[in-house]
Amino acid sequence: MKYVDEYRDARLARALAADIGRRTTRDWVMMEICGGQTHTIMRYGVDELLPPAVELVHGPGCPVCVTPIETIDKAVEIASQPDVTFVSYGDMLRVPGSRSDLFHVKAAGGDVRVVYSPMDALKIARQRPERRVVFFAVGFETTAPANAMAVWQAHREGLANFSMLVSHVLVPPAIRLLLGSPANRVQAFIAPGHVCTVMGYSEYEELVREYHVPIVVGGFEPVDILEAIRMIVAQLEEGRAEIENQYVRSVSYDGNEPAQRIMAQVFEVCDKKWRGVGPIPQSGYRLRPELAAHDADRLFGLSTMTAEEPPECISAQVLQGLKKPTDCAAFGTRCTPERPLGAPMVSTEGACAAYHQYRRHAMDPVKVRG
Amino acid sequence: MCLAIPGKILDEQVSNGIRSGRVQFGGITREACLDFVPEASVGDYVLVHVGFAISRVDRDEAERTYALLESMGMLEEELAQPDDPAGGR
Repeated sequence: MKYVDEYRDARLARALAADIGRRTTRDWVMMEICGGQTHTIMRYGVDELLPPAVELVHGPGCPVCVTPIETIDKAVEIASQPDVTFVSYGDMLRVPGSRSDLFHVKAAGGDVRVVYSPMDALKIARQRPERRVVFFAVGFETTAPANAMAVWQAHREGLANFSMLVSHVLVPPAIRLLLGSPANRVQAFIAPGHVCTVMGYSEYEELVREYHVPIVVGGFEPVDILEAIRMIVAQLEEGRAEIENQYVRSVSYDGNEPAQRIMAQVFEVCDKKWRGVGPIPQSGYRLRPELAAHDADRLFGLSTMTAEEPPECISAQVLQGLKKPTDCAAFGTRCTPERPLGAPMVSTEGACAAYHQYRRHAMDPVKVRG
Repeated sequence: MCLAIPGKILDEQVSNGIRSGRVQFGGITREACLDFVPEASVGDYVLVHVGFAISRVDRDEAERTYALLESMGMLEEELAQPDDPAGGR
């Protein structure tokens, strides 16, 4: 497939890895924020091509993983009501809430549907005016314009039976939190290419200035990620800290302006709790008050629900890059993709699920790098 | 979740006030909203995420980046000395 296959070229990947090896003179720790990039790294063994001195730690960039447990509980509560058709991206169905998950609601006869696009949820609302159709709007900045367009269109068409349970998160405040933590080991970041496709990268410029860390906007194929790592290692070795863009074929400095306009019309920035991480100021979106008629949180009166994480799950440290999934006593035994304890084991982009899928048979202690 | 796949725009139309088109990804064709890529037209490649094109793939940049990477790969092969750990840049 054009613009995919050429960025999976093994010969190029090896050449890039060799160049990274030649440039590296000491230990460096860098983080890829996006779960999509974590998945690529595990799937193609990108980390295994790198010199041992370059360590990749995995960031909190998986919206499925950071959706708060009480939001899952709200989704379960709403989806269980007999007049509701609950519509979601597929990944959310098996995310454990404190008592149940959406998959069990569906198995018990609830009308829970999986769609590819939020526009499919709108179609259902048009076709079934007697049902209250609720769309589970999760995601980072990449997904926000699509979800915004769906609710904006519902508003324009006067579709009173369409609402959204919004749990949107933003990347730069999370990077700021990680960099401000006393436990932080991360010296550079690969910024998420599709988030930056929408938002541009001026916000990352501020972080580079403030914390003096290199940030390189990276794509999602193995060659993209290796090139981003090579650019980061070059900066670290030369003592530079700049924002650079590896993913030029999609990302511009200003990002996608039509997408940003619709987001601004529909959403406003708010404080947000992240599962496994805790509350982060100004790190999420909620619907603007003008769109309250489409806000499931208000319509169903559930906004005060709270819940606790299972104590055995170490996803908090995994999501902040402080521990690897394999450091967890429950990994692959009491916690598996079929019976997950925590959200990073659910989504294919969660670090725990990626390790489980690609690395659980390679956990020979000799091969595991400390 | 932030996955976006490059595909080629086959056609376009406007319905319910939204511009959309069929986009081809390898052997699969899907409908995508084109409202966020006003600069893209039939024949262009766009990155599609949850049914929305979020960028037009910049052909010149993609080719330039790839050519640069490839020239590095070729160079690497020409200069390859696998057992020489001190090989310079």
